[in-house]
Amino acid sequence: MPTTFTVNGKRTTVDVPPDMPLLWVLRDVLDLKGTKYGCGIAQCSACTVHVKGVPTRSCRTPISRVAGADVTTIEGLSPDGSHPVQRAWEEVDVPQCGYCQAGQIMSAAALLAKNPKPTDADIDAAMNGHLCRCATYVRIREAIHRAADAPAANASTPGRSNAAGETNE
Amino acid sequence: MDTPFRVDRRNFLRVTTIAGGGLMFGTYLDALRPVEALAQIPAADFMPNAFIRIAPDGIVTIVAKNPEIGQGVKTMLPMLIADELDVDWKNVRVQQGDLDTVSFQAQFAGGSTATPTNWLPMRRVGAAARAMLVAAASQTWGVPEGECTTASGVVFHRASGRSARYGELLAKAATVAAPELEKVTLKQPGDFRLIGTRVPGVDNHAIVTGKPLYGIDVTLPGMLYAVFEKAPVYAAKVAGANLEDIRRMWGVKHAFVVDGGTDLTGLLSGVAIVADTWWAAQTARQKLIVDWRDHPTSTQSSAGFAVQAAAFSKQGPQRSMRKDGDADAALGAAARTVSAEYFYPFIAHATLEPQNCTAHARDGKVEIWAPSQTPAGGRTLVARTLGIQESDVTVHLTRAGGGFGRRLNNDYMVEAAWIARQVGAPVKLLWSREDDMRHDFYRPAGWHYLTGGVDASGRLSAWKNHFVSFGEGERFAPSAGIGATEFPARFIPNFALDVSVMPLGIPTGALRAPGSNGIAFATQSFIDELAESAGKDPVEFRLELLSNAPIGDQPAPASGPQPVLFNAPRMKAVVAAVAEQSGWGKKSLPKGTGMGIAFHFSHRGYVAEVVQATVSVDGGVKVDKVWVACDIGNQIINPSNAENQVQGAVLDGLSEAFAQEITIEGGKAVQSNYNAFPLLRLKQTPPVEVHWVKSDLSPTGIGEPALPPAVPALCSAIFAATGKRIRSLPLSRHGFRTV
Repeated sequence: MPTTFTVNGKRTTVDVPPDMPLLWVLRDVLDLKGTKYGCGIAQCSACTVHVKGVPTRSCRTPISRVAGADVTTIEGLSPDGSHPVQRAWEEVDVPQCGYCQAGQIMSAAALLAKNPKPTDADIDAAMNGHLCRCATYVRIREAIHRAADAPAANASTPGRSNAAGETNE
Repeated sequence: MDTPFRVDRRNFLRVTTIAGGGLMFGTYLDALRPVEALAQIPAADFMPNAFIRIAPDGIVTIVAKNPEIGQGVKTMLPMLIADELDVDWKNVRVQQGDLDTVSFQAQFAGGSTATPTNWLPMRRVGAAARAMLVAAASQTWGVPEGECTTASGVVFHRASGRSARYGELLAKAATVAAPELEKVTLKQPGDFRLIGTRVPGVDNHAIVTGKPLYGIDVTLPGMLYAVFEKAPVYAAKVAGANLEDIRRMWGVKHAFVVDGGTDLTGLLSGVAIVADTWWAAQTARQKLIVDWRDHPTSTQSSAGFAVQAAAFSKQGPQRSMRKDGDADAALGAAARTVSAEYFYPFIAHATLEPQNCTAHARDGKVEIWAPSQTPAGGRTLVARTLGIQESDVTVHLTRAGGGFGRRLNNDYMVEAAWIARQVGAPVKLLWSREDDMRHDFYRPAGWHYLTGGVDASGRLSAWKNHFVSFGEGERFAPSAGIGATEFPARFIPNFALDVSVMPLGIPTGALRAPGSNGIAFATQSFIDELAESAGKDPVEFRLELLSNAPIGDQPAPASGPQPVLFNAPRMKAVVAAVAEQSGWGKKSLPKGTGMGIAFHFSHRGYVAEVVQATVSVDGGVKVDKVWVACDIGNQIINPSNAENQVQGAVLDGLSEAFAQEITIEGGKAVQSNYNAFPLLRLKQTPPVEVHWVKSDLSPTGIGEPALPPAVPALCSAIFAATGKRIRSLPLSRHGFRTV
């Protein structure tokens, strides 16, 4: 059954069963591999995309529910990776394995869009649905503050070790 | 993992010119790769098996040979080459190497070994290439090599004011005799320009922009998608299945039985469903009805294992692994004795990227794309199972969405290869999360029945451990063993380590800091109990214990190459450092708040940690902060990644302690997704402060050793806050939860 919606600004029609999750339409029909599968039950949030600007777990979103809607994936967050959240993620060197980070970034970007200067409590509330198996949470918090350009008490000293600068800097 | 890497004496640098005037540097074993074979490589070939390629424009491409699973090796190994080559990092491009054990030798991710095994070899590759460029300049200019220097990809001759970019020297360098790798001059530590600096991960930009990097992202023309239903009771066989029903479902192209074998690490029996999307295959699977044959391990359960362990504890042990002095006599003479039973459960790896593999079989050969920690082992398994030559199996390494030891096994790889061959098209096999959690190689459960004694002066005088684990006879199940030198062995005069094992039909394997991740909980927690019995401060008691003259084996050296034996002065240094850093014993803590300390030696790393936690009356545990002191040698190669690894390992340990358990019932794993197997979340994450204690030894790995102390340090903090000893995990069994 054809469903028409907009992905990253491009109007798209797919002919798949109406209960096929948006995640698998993105990944296997539209070849947008940035959105990740982790659990299939909205527990890990690796599959987070924006539907009408709202962070949404695409693994539990039937394609029928996004008919006519605007969907943004990690590939469409910025043309070249220059979104402040993406830049902050690189500057803070957040990723370890990196698998969860597209989902984390989509939620962080949605948070900052409606709350440009989030507190730690705001970040906790917005990001707590996300799992990072490598547990890069200390840096995720730091990177969100950096993207917001709002140094917070907890983020200013995220446990940076004494190694840097001891060798030759 | 204890065998140091040895560079073969005939390990030379190989140099080849490439189209467009570039130059490649690779290593090879001349005995294994004859000159004739080299000559067959077309000049314009991309040559992915060279470590270094320098283009005339000065761009340097460095191959990262090991699998990247989040440990940072794809950035770290090229840093070693680039620093010695003396080029600017901004001009370096890093490329993942395919499996090619002739060119690259060892290619695996495990045991925190990449740093100690590559610290010299990778630097030598870079230094040898630099030496050839210097030789080229010196010959061109007719000046002594010793008068030439390098910086930022340029050779200088100061006296004559001449300089040449590497890209200008390539034609000449190709004619220079390659130096023997073991004889090249390496930089002095003070001359490092890249090593020791914070270098962000080389894939970061691709990660934050959603580029396809992982095994799950591999796409081939004409590719089909597979799911594979295996028996919930491990290695049970398919007796029958409603395949005709499945074949009629939307999108399904194939459905068939795979006979499989009985080796839990190999191809097991199951039903493959192959469709034109993964969702179609997975949806069809909901209608699959499989009749599984009976299997003898279907009676195994966690509850049954616990009953058996308790029975063992009341009997004499099956065997002794270590005996120093006379523990029974010393316990009889002790001023105070303490007995306690410690238990830790099975737990899963739960890598966020589920197991997957893409394979294409044609003309008797198989090409594979896999997120594996041991691609060479996978190649062997595929070749053996499919009855083909290893040389007919090509393996491409993809980035892995977490490893933690899960991907040391290659079950998903052989499944994909088998299914792809049967189907005759490229196939991506993807496990569901439920497949992944129910078909893991679990961290084995373990029981430690401990008795200890302290003498009148409050010193630890006797220790007995009856360790109950899994295995048969003298053989432990995978990762279910203990070493005879495991601390506190050698530091207590009257010591007995005894073992009993029971058979196991559940797959087990290495989980980040294998063995250590459970043993440290039992031993460090029990040391705390003995400190309390002795009326001593936990830090003071530990430092006294570490001051005892070690029994038996030679102590590890204080400097030189990486040691594998416990060195007490190094451990004392990290314990003292973390006590200082955390303000141990100097803070006045409110009621309900406590601090706990623990240390552990694993993977050549010395790590001590202090956890401060506040516990509410209803069992909510807020971890306020964690302090970590690590000694992994004289050089932190990439401090940014090293800190990230330590913080992640500590939080991983807290996750394990709080609520993780895989329960076995009817021979099957009960938990199947993150709702029943929780990981720590951002809100529960404390600050983790990392301090490096530098020793005079060459650097060692940091992926694993910071995990084990986190578990007992947390439990001791809860004891300090509440007076309740935690002797079994997870903490959720005791009414505690993370907040």
